[in-house]
Amino acid sequence: MTDNKDNLVLTTRFGLEKSYTADVYQKTGGYKSIDKLFSMKPDDVIEEVKKSGLRGRGGAGFAAGLKWSFIPKNVDKPKYLCVNADESEPGTFKDRYLLEDDPHQLIEGIIICCYAIGAESAYVYIRGEFDLAYRRIEEAVQEAYQKGYLGKNLFGKNYKLDVTVHRGAGAYICGEETALLSSLEGNKGQPRIKPPFPAVVGLFGCPTIINNVETISALPYILNNGADAYKKFGTEKSPGTKLFSVSGHVNKPGVYELPLGYPMKDLINKVCGGMKDGKALKAVIPGGTSMPILTAKDCETVTLDYESMTAHQTMLGSGGVIVMNEDVDMVWVLRNLSRFYAHESCGQCTPCREGTGWIDKMLVRILREGGEEKDIALLNELSDNMMGKTICVLADSLSMPVISFIKKFPDDFRRHLKNRPQAVRVGI
Amino acid sequence: MAKVNLTIDGQSVDVEEGTNLIEAARQIGVEVPHYCYHPGLKIDGNCRMCLVDIEKSPKPQIACNTKVAPGMVVHTQTDKVKKMRASVMEFLLINHPLDCPTCDQAGECRLQDYYMKYDRIPSRFEETKVHKDKMIDLGSSVMLDQERCIACTRCIRFCRDVAGQDELALANRGDHVTITTFPGKKLSNPYAGNVVDICPVGALTSDEFRFKKRVWYLKRTPSVCTGCSRGCNIEVHHEGNKIYRLIPRYNPNVNQYWMCDEGRHGYHFVNDNRVLRAQIIKNGAMQEVSFAEAAAYLASQLKTMNSSEIATISHAGETNEVLKAFDEFSKNVLKTDLRYYSRNEVKNPSSDTILRTADKNPNQAYINDLKLKPVSEIKNAQAALVLNGLSEADFEILKKKNIPILAIFAANVGDALPHASVVCPIPTFAEQDGHLTNVNAVVQKISQAFAPRGESRLVGEWLDAITLALGMSAKKAEAVSVF
Ligand SMILES: Cc1cc2nc3c(=O)[nH]c(=O)nc-3n(C[C@H](O)[C@H](O)[C@H](O)COP(=O)(O)O)c2cc1C
Ligand code: SF4
Ligand code: SF4
Ligand code: SF4
Repeated sequence: MTDNKDNLVLTTRFGLEKSYTADVYQKTGGYKSIDKLFSMKPDDVIEEVKKSGLRGRGGAGFAAGLKWSFIPKNVDKPKYLCVNADESEPGTFKDRYLLEDDPHQLIEGIIICCYAIGAESAYVYIRGEFDLAYRRIEEAVQEAYQKGYLGKNLFGKNYKLDVTVHRGAGAYICGEETALLSSLEGNKGQPRIKPPFPAVVGLFGCPTIINNVETISALPYILNNGADAYKKFGTEKSPGTKLFSVSGHVNKPGVYELPLGYPMKDLINKVCGGMKDGKALKAVIPGGTSMPILTAKDCETVTLDYESMTAHQTMLGSGGVIVMNEDVDMVWVLRNLSRFYAHESCGQCTPCREGTGWIDKMLVRILREGGEEKDIALLNELSDNMMGKTICVLADSLSMPVISFIKKFPDDFRRHLKNRPQAVRVGI
Repeated sequence: MAKVNLTIDGQSVDVEEGTNLIEAARQIGVEVPHYCYHPGLKIDGNCRMCLVDIEKSPKPQIACNTKVAPGMVVHTQTDKVKKMRASVMEFLLINHPLDCPTCDQAGECRLQDYYMKYDRIPSRFEETKVHKDKMIDLGSSVMLDQERCIACTRCIRFCRDVAGQDELALANRGDHVTITTFPGKKLSNPYAGNVVDICPVGALTSDEFRFKKRVWYLKRTPSVCTGCSRGCNIEVHHEGNKIYRLIPRYNPNVNQYWMCDEGRHGYHFVNDNRVLRAQIIKNGAMQEVSFAEAAAYLASQLKTMNSSEIATISHAGETNEVLKAFDEFSKNVLKTDLRYYSRNEVKNPSSDTILRTADKNPNQAYINDLKLKPVSEIKNAQAALVLNGLSEADFEILKKKNIPILAIFAANVGDALPHASVVCPIPTFAEQDGHLTNVNAVVQKISQAFAPRGESRLVGEWLDAITLALGMSAKKAEAVSVF
């Protein structure tokens, strides 16, 4: 569970009784931005969001306001917002808390975004397995309709907005934005080639914005308090706060809201109560499993923001921090990832369909029977052959860990080579 | 259309705006290999074989989904591009069964062809291959060997976007994806056979063709389908005077890349049930005779009659040349005004807005040009001279009006034959040159694939021989001389 002291921007209501109801939401300042919103021009709203520096929290970190400005202005087609609540990145479990504990904050954010981009319908695409989160957001939407916060003339304004909650069937790939659109349209969840980009040709062939739950949930704060207030949190290039979902060998795993730029070592040692059982830190996956890995040494210096992560050759991703202690065998971890990515590859691009499966099989063989030097070289080469050469970045999501795991933990791989006295076999 | 200038492999080219890089490169003779791209289908970009390098682009780009832009500098032959191709080939081949020797696609398989051209490295795959199902009857005579499929989705896109029936899908994920129909459903669209043509590997084969012939033995002759008045352009694949299959041939104005299954499977009349020798009634029974004897006999019969009272009945299935020759014979030799035509009438004919027309006669347009009358309007005639394909209804009319069939020019055995005094064997569309005029008045050429079967002779040859036997002079019949 969450264990926040600061409750900065997104999590102010976490832990309040019935925080998910409209009543509690309103009593604690919810839906306050609406009057201000309708006093502004849509373009000004986009400007304000641009000014706030808010970047997408779904993984890629694309500037939210900039993305909205790609919606063509003079098109005679409906526009859509799709809120990405698929939360499928392994190690990432933050959106579900936003949906469970503060669904009205998301709805308020949806109203802000839709007004800004000129959409009259929004979809919340939610992972099918999220049961409580689904019920909370669905109930909140119904409540909002009953109270006149959604539907025709919402809040008595000359504006109409419908929100539909759509449950996915639970495929990782459906979190990828174009696969999400395909799935929402009733087709197999498979990414589509870009261009065209969804902002131009998206849902049902119409201009569409896809944003993560956390991205949209930050909007009420930004509108209420202004971009400058938001920018007080975080660093210059990574303004604001972010939810981090921490799992692994720490004493207090959970979801934490922190200002961007917060030191990784403090997250582990202070916020999460240090390493479990006093063991030493070995590695951290910083932003969901598709990111290159960090060593304990990297964690001394890295801070939780986009630029520091880049400097350490990894990414902030979705903020899913996975902490591993000295006992962990990195080859085994990598195999765990490869099994996931091979299973979740949608199967349309050759390098991903074949490469993820191949890498997975190789890792199993290395763990079971021991590998050879050439296997490690081949793992690297296959990853390189997959990276940047597919429709979506799922292929990269395995390639990047493979390359970084081998580079940063060569000894773990060497231990599994054949003909070594200390060779290890794992029964998988 | 505006032209765009770009550079491909150092060559400056001007191509039409909106052209993709595969087509742009093709225009200067540069091949960008590809599996999933097909010019007649929507772009899917999944095979990744066509990755090329574009200057100023941070990542390699797929040539199929990249349109030309002014000043673009494209590289298709760098070491980096070659490595990407080899790597895609390597990926494609890891789970592909090594069954080329027993695969019917051998000789037409892009996996084989591209392996030789772009890969040629031994396999580095030491793991166990994924095994999928073999020999699945998809329906419509299409067989699927799942493990050979490279998931290019051409077949899916064809059904969805061209045939308009969303019948195929990719099931499962990762390296377990398989092409399949929906549960309990079969592939049943009237254009299903095209998926076999466009499958780049041996995953989809035609039940009618597989294991009948190795493709490198086949000769390929351009022709036109005679299944309906659309006149889809085809290739006739044959060996030893036998047709093994028909496949569509690209014509942007008529059929694009496709043909229907009725047309595709409608060649058996060329192989089977043929009239191979001339026959005449002698002493009350049919007897086989030589070409010369039959022509002389027919001429002698004509001499005993008032030839202007002979009805000539053309058929909407013959070429422009044959129809013209027959009509000229009627007018100039027989000097008859009794000029009629017969045509195939099909109960509940298939038709759609894709290709198939309800008129199953390939050349009604030319009959219309000749201003012939239907047999139903036939006036008193002493006898009839019939050019192939007399319809059942028209045959009934002749019988009812007591008009005997003096001679019939026929390629296939049919009901009317035993009622004719002379049977003159003629070739099918596959055995002669000529032209057909389609429903939209497009005149299209057919070419002779092989020599006429048995002793069948071109209609023109028959008519010339008869004319000469009648003591008149004839010009030598040659199909091409008419057009
Ligand atoms: C394989 C894959 C899975 C993804 N899963 C998610 C997800 O579960 N949730 C999410 O918000 N974004 C996910 N993304 C990122 C989305 O494609 C997209 O960038 C994001 O939803 C945009 O929202 P944002 O700009 O607010 O981050 C995924 C991307 C890929 C390639
Ligand atoms: S990279 Fe993988 S998951 Fe993404 S579209 Fe291609 S096959 Fe599907
Ligand atoms: S069956 Fe053939 S055409 Fe269809 S997806 Fe597989 S390889 Fe492509
Ligand atoms: S549409 Fe007509 S011409 Fe074309 S293939 Fe079918 S039968 Fe032949």
